[in-house]
Amino acid sequence: MSVATESPAPRNYEVVPKTSPEGSELDGELLEVAMGPQHPSTHGVFRMDVVLDGETVVKLKPVFGYLHRNHEKIAENTSYLGSMPYTDRLDYFCSLTNNWAYALAVEKLAGLQVPERAEFIRVITAELTRLQNHTSVCGFLLQDMGALGTPLMYAFREREKILDLFESLTGARMMCNYMRFGGCRCDLPPGWLDRVRKIVGDFPQFLDSYEALLNTNEILLARTQGVGRLPRELAISAGVTGPMLRACGVDYDIRKVDHYGIYDRFEFRIPLGEQGDVYDRYMIRLLEIRESLKILQQALKEVPGGPIIDPKAKLRSFRPKVGEAYGRIEGPKGELGFYLISDGSPNPYRYRVRPPSLINLTILEDMCLGQSVADAVVTLGSVDIVLGEVDR
Amino acid sequence: MLGSGILKGLAETAKNFVGSYIDESGLTTIEYPDERQTLAENTRQFPFLVFDGDDAMKGLRCVSCQICEKECPPQCIFIVKSKDKKPDHVGKPQFYPATFDIDLSVCMSCQICVEVCPFEAIKMDTEFELSTSDRFGQLLLHKGQLAKPNSHFQEIHPTDAAVSDAALAADKAKAEAKAAADAKAKAEAGIPRPLASSPEAVTIPPALGPPNLPM
Repeated sequence: MSVATESPAPRNYEVVPKTSPEGSELDGELLEVAMGPQHPSTHGVFRMDVVLDGETVVKLKPVFGYLHRNHEKIAENTSYLGSMPYTDRLDYFCSLTNNWAYALAVEKLAGLQVPERAEFIRVITAELTRLQNHTSVCGFLLQDMGALGTPLMYAFREREKILDLFESLTGARMMCNYMRFGGCRCDLPPGWLDRVRKIVGDFPQFLDSYEALLNTNEILLARTQGVGRLPRELAISAGVTGPMLRACGVDYDIRKVDHYGIYDRFEFRIPLGEQGDVYDRYMIRLLEIRESLKILQQALKEVPGGPIIDPKAKLRSFRPKVGEAYGRIEGPKGELGFYLISDGSPNPYRYRVRPPSLINLTILEDMCLGQSVADAVVTLGSVDIVLGEVDR
Repeated sequence: MLGSGILKGLAETAKNFVGSYIDESGLTTIEYPDERQTLAENTRQFPFLVFDGDDAMKGLRCVSCQICEKECPPQCIFIVKSKDKKPDHVGKPQFYPATFDIDLSVCMSCQICVEVCPFEAIKMDTEFELSTSDRFGQLLLHKGQLAKPNSHFQEIHPTDAAVSDAALAADKAKAEAKAAADAKAKAEAGIPRPLASSPEAVTIPPALGPPNLPM
């Protein structure tokens, strides 16, 4: 993997060609538009300050922080266990992967061993989370392009089945709060694995129809191919991770790099894009769903029995020893990491989240410059942001 | 051919549209509130206090240890400890909550209070229609509103309730065995003394009025 060594040249906004007719009274006039925070295409309370020349984006400033809830500072004043339900609310689409990343960091800090059965449950729930996140994100992206309702509703129909599984396992559809340090909170309800098997078995059929719906649609191809292109070197040096990085052709997946949990036991491939445009990001997500289904099928074959939590794990008055730890996982949106410093007290001394969607959002301007404002909306949709995680 | 992709997509929507008339599983929505889904057994919404027996205030399992108040992540539980004691399920005199309030508008249904409670005293309810028209009066739920009988718990979470009942029964059997052994030892030593768990050794407080917490 090559990393860009030279810093990019400073941008000269004057060189962007003007679209207003030469000599007209509007020639050279720039228009500043605030898209958001109450804009339907910004996926939440997020503002894009766009400077437009005609319809071309000359400058774009992402403004976030409207949903700031002081997550890190609250976590530093709460017990380790007390932060677990707050992590659900970071990326509220994927609460189980957030739980896992946080539990992984604390397990490193406290030296807890996760039992075999809990590792399998974690992989199954995390991959189900990836399924429902990627299907609904594709639905949202298509909605941004004007496919109002239909693809999103089809995606939500499937997502609902997965959320029902989460509810019967964890008690809540979205705010699962399921993983604990050294394992999981409760054992699987009877018949749960059979329900997962049924959904995993039916999912490829849905995926085929979902792809037939729009993948070859001429309007979709025209709106996505060559739009919001992200150069490979820029993506690497900006720290972009997840499907966005892989769409640029960089083979980097933390499931393969770190082998956290038990991912080294499963066979799956990493889909890679070539162009790094919106179409690649869309296709990468659809292909990743198929790979997740492969992991699920392998994991469901051999869920062992046994305990689901490390017997050494303490629920009340949990105090890890002095030290620091960084736990990271491949979340559906990218590398989700939790960095913790413990000073031996019941609450962490420092608690830091590395949110994938915030870091993926920082290069929004580079992807949007010189394109029309309608393409900026599509590019933002393809980044896959959740404002709960961006602002924390 | 230009447009063939669009036609292919339209065929897919047509299939879904017609399919819902042929196959019942195509109809995924229900007409709430006329129709209701059965909730999953693990569903959790809002905590309640479990009591044994008939009288809610006498039978509350809570011993006011305040662990849940301390562990609650959004700090929505307010407990005031009693001055006197009353017997718990094994007959040991324990404090009881003079005030036990949960702020519904702050609670985030995370179930941590249930997990940390060592006395099986607080559990999650499945009732989800909790909205109210009185913003300041009815969102702070008091002890009387929170107390629900153990039979309710057995009804909504049968698996969990069986585990919790078994744990309490084991506690009680252990305590009784210990009390019997103590009594025997004392009888042998020849010092007749009333047991700590005898009913006249404790006073049972009257039902409590409204809480006196500052709002």
